[in-house]
Amino acid sequence: MTQENPADPAAQVDPAARAGEERLHEQIASTGMFGSGGTGDTSGYGGLRVRRALVPSAPRPYGSYFDEVVDALTGALAEAGPDFDTAVERVIVDRDELTLHVPREHLISVARLLRDEPTLAFELCGGVSGVHYPTDAARELHAVYHLVSITHNRRIRLEVSVPDADPHIPSILGVYPSCDWHERETWDFFGLVFDGHPALTRIEMPDDWKGHPQRKDYPLGGIPVEYRGATVPPPDERRSYR
Amino acid sequence: MTTDAAGPDAAEAEGRVYNVGGQDWDEVVAAADQAGDRTSAERLVVNMGPQHPSTHGVLRLILTLEGETVTELRPVIGYLHTGIEKNMEFRTWTQGVTFCTRMDYLAPLFNETAYCLAVERLLGIEAKIPERASILRVLMMELNRISSHMMAIGTFGLELGATTVLLYGLREREKVLDIFELITGLRMNHAYVRPGGVSQDLPHGALDRLREFLKVMPPLIGQLRKLLDANPLYIARTKNVAYLDLTGCMTLGVTGPVLRATGLPWDLRKSQPYCGYETYEFDVPTQDTCDVYGRYLVRMAEMDESLKIIEQCVDRLSGPRPADDRVMIADAKIGWPAQLALGPDGLGNSPDHIAHIMGQSMEALIHHFKLVTEGFRVPPGQVYATVESPRGELGCHAVSDGGTRPYRIHFRDPSFTNLQSLAAMAEGGMVADIIASIASIDPVMGGVDR
Repeated sequence: MTQENPADPAAQVDPAARAGEERLHEQIASTGMFGSGGTGDTSGYGGLRVRRALVPSAPRPYGSYFDEVVDALTGALAEAGPDFDTAVERVIVDRDELTLHVPREHLISVARLLRDEPTLAFELCGGVSGVHYPTDAARELHAVYHLVSITHNRRIRLEVSVPDADPHIPSILGVYPSCDWHERETWDFFGLVFDGHPALTRIEMPDDWKGHPQRKDYPLGGIPVEYRGATVPPPDERRSYR
Repeated sequence: MTTDAAGPDAAEAEGRVYNVGGQDWDEVVAAADQAGDRTSAERLVVNMGPQHPSTHGVLRLILTLEGETVTELRPVIGYLHTGIEKNMEFRTWTQGVTFCTRMDYLAPLFNETAYCLAVERLLGIEAKIPERASILRVLMMELNRISSHMMAIGTFGLELGATTVLLYGLREREKVLDIFELITGLRMNHAYVRPGGVSQDLPHGALDRLREFLKVMPPLIGQLRKLLDANPLYIARTKNVAYLDLTGCMTLGVTGPVLRATGLPWDLRKSQPYCGYETYEFDVPTQDTCDVYGRYLVRMAEMDESLKIIEQCVDRLSGPRPADDRVMIADAKIGWPAQLALGPDGLGNSPDHIAHIMGQSMEALIHHFKLVTEGFRVPPGQVYATVESPRGELGCHAVSDGGTRPYRIHFRDPSFTNLQSLAAMAEGGMVADIIASIASIDPVMGGVDR
């Protein structure tokens, strides 16, 4: 774009400067230099604000087998359903692993293509795992699916993020029945509702448990322990270096 | 036997309730007949577990029986949930090892390795792990595979009523645990593998013990095979029982010996090698019977392969050592002090390290203090690292927010996923075959519930 339209003032901004600008608007991940909380930091760096690092979408070529996977999925999507840009929000390549961010409306159709398309053939789903990012506004709850292709010996990851106020994701059970207990576990621990799951009940916690324990707003709990005259506070109340 | 002891409300909701106290089956049947309740006389809902000697741990099964045929089976888990994943979010990255080693308590070294591989990939230091540390990891994992399979086959025998098999299995497992005790200081919950390497090099005399182990083990495995392989009782209980074919395994996400007993040689050590497995020579044993007996044969053959790998590890470890040979990463910002002295109560201190930080260098003391109390920071991101545990694919999904503690750790435990297939294996079969089905999956409830 930059080369095509040099008159556009927005395009003349140095990309590094723009990245810095974007970074300035990111959420604050931590304050201070040494990570200690409370009054422990006497270094004078207490006012420092460290912002969350951006995870930029990966540019082409992605490297490894990732280009082939994305090309195959683009082709399959062009035939079957929404085009690739609609069905996949972001492609992230990080530490030699490929993550596709998929909006929840398209999760089932993307998963079905990933499983059925012979050039993709992700036969095995390693289950779903939840992650809670309370600071990620309107995308607090993430569900992460790990897929394996035995045919091509490949791995990819699907990530679906939904707001905490509306924690609904369609159940992937029709495509990967192996996610049955995993979805129940994710509901149990994060409160993610998998619509269409035949029996979305608690699996690890007792049936009448209140709350979803692995969310970040759920305390770890614990009691102070007295040992040789000193009292050791529970782990989540100890002084910490984040 | 008592009737309706669960209270009138329960009877209203679920029909007639009989509490069975043991050795009173005739009374139960008679009472059900007398009540004239045809449905409860023909269709019986039985609760089995969670405290039952044959359910392989605190597993609860709700069975619907018609005569001796299981028409419906619902496994109930969660009785051993310990919140390990949540707890790890409140400890440093290195301390996490101490937690995750307790998940699948029969395969602690696999839990540790999966977690450490994930942390190392997050840190981007996979290439810098010393070779000796990788060899030691492989050595310990393969020893662990033998001990885990021995326990699996031993308890399997016990659950089918053969105590000799259990005694043989435990006796052989003990030999592995003795070696673990010698090398790590502990028989289980080792916390031996750490981000960056392992906590301890082989102590004096360990190689001789390993060579002796390699000598005595094959005949002992042979003894067990002689006891079981062609035993007509054993074959009657295991052949064509709990059939689950390749399609079923793929659908339900089953991996490990159950999958390899369908004929698919899917073993992450071969297909997606880690810790340098690609440099070892071994085979992936398979069977194509899809039944309990096939899974048993796969486990037996895997022990032989593990012995082969251990032998290669011993050869590599006993060669002359290069000058900079170490078991912990050289990066002082990550590597915890390794080479600890072994005390009577497990791992103790490292005298050299203490002399250095207490007597020679103030900076080293500060550095030690920072590293141990604060820990190291891990760049933000997420990874999924897998190892082939004795039960299948053990995955660790680790998320970092750039801090000194894990932001989120999730373990994809093979026992958890494989146990889902129990209903598919057992429904339509006999009650007695449920026991064989569970034992052939070999779930460890500590890993299932985490």
